[in-house]
Amino acid sequence: MAEAETMERVKKIVVDRLGVDESEVIGEATFKDDLGADSLDVVELVMELEDEFDMEISDEEAEKIATVADVVNYIEAQSQ
Amino acid sequence: MSLSLEGRTYVVMGVANKRSIAWGISRSLAHAGARIVFTYGAERSGKNVQELADTLETETFVYQCDITSDEEIEATFRKIKEEVGTIHGLAHCIAFAKTEDLAGTFVDTSRDGFAMAHDISAYSLTAVAHTLQKHEMMTEGGSIITLSYLGGEKVVKNYNVMGVAKAALEASVRYLANDLGPYNIRVNTISAGPIRTLSAKGVSGFNTVLNEIKEKAPLRRTVSQAEVGDTALFLLSDLSRGMTGEILHVDGGYHIVGMG
Repeated sequence: MAEAETMERVKKIVVDRLGVDESEVIGEATFKDDLGADSLDVVELVMELEDEFDMEISDEEAEKIATVADVVNYIEAQSQ
Repeated sequence: MSLSLEGRTYVVMGVANKRSIAWGISRSLAHAGARIVFTYGAERSGKNVQELADTLETETFVYQCDITSDEEIEATFRKIKEEVGTIHGLAHCIAFAKTEDLAGTFVDTSRDGFAMAHDISAYSLTAVAHTLQKHEMMTEGGSIITLSYLGGEKVVKNYNVMGVAKAALEASVRYLANDLGPYNIRVNTISAGPIRTLSAKGVSGFNTVLNEIKEKAPLRRTVSQAEVGDTALFLLSDLSRGMTGEILHVDGGYHIVGMG
């Protein structure tokens, strides 16, 4: 999967779930501090990503995800 | 006796999103023709709930209600009585615990975490039942249900403080059933098997739990929101009119297994 396409799909989910502006969803943006996600938002995001990309994200992996780029990289690594 | 709920009104508390068990219950109720009043707590759920409510082919109402405040419960239910009328039943589908209390060991639960889990997940049912009774908001023959989980009866890894809160909730159901029985209002619990909801995913290691159920439950599968919804429909309708204080397990039979 092309990285740009993955980024677009991730961006759409983040915008939809967190109600943030698309321009805020950049690679280095952190979910908690920059995008204002609380703990339930993070869980919900993980579930949306699991559904969208048909994969399982373990708790250990989910804990390591801090930024939008972390998500894109994780998905890219899984789909290879 | 029939399963039609035409002309009846039910309150569903705790829809967070389309995966919520509360949403499965709402769909079953709507299918039977009931009018549905949704209440949500967190601001974050409001948009989801309104969007979901709009997809139902039945009359719906949406109110915000912070169940940690007695004043707010009172105000919300007064508004419901005024704007919608008396209600025939209520589904309480609310639980919350801090993420750090849903992993590791129960012995490390903080005073604050314990209190919060119990306040939101257990006391809120009593607070709502109290308000309904005080203002005679539920018709005679009404039915209240709440959602529990096996972790309230037995030790389930990582469920921790929520298991203790569910035990309090199940005991509350028995006492409420006894208090409200003379008014012909019934109170029952559904103990649902694990379903991939927002609440369930908040418990550490949830994916492992689902696999265990698929392997060991007598039905060899997990249950769906719709299956819990249909059991809720039974408990909220007159078909279950002889039952109160009961815990019904909708878990593919997992709770009967000693060693699979």
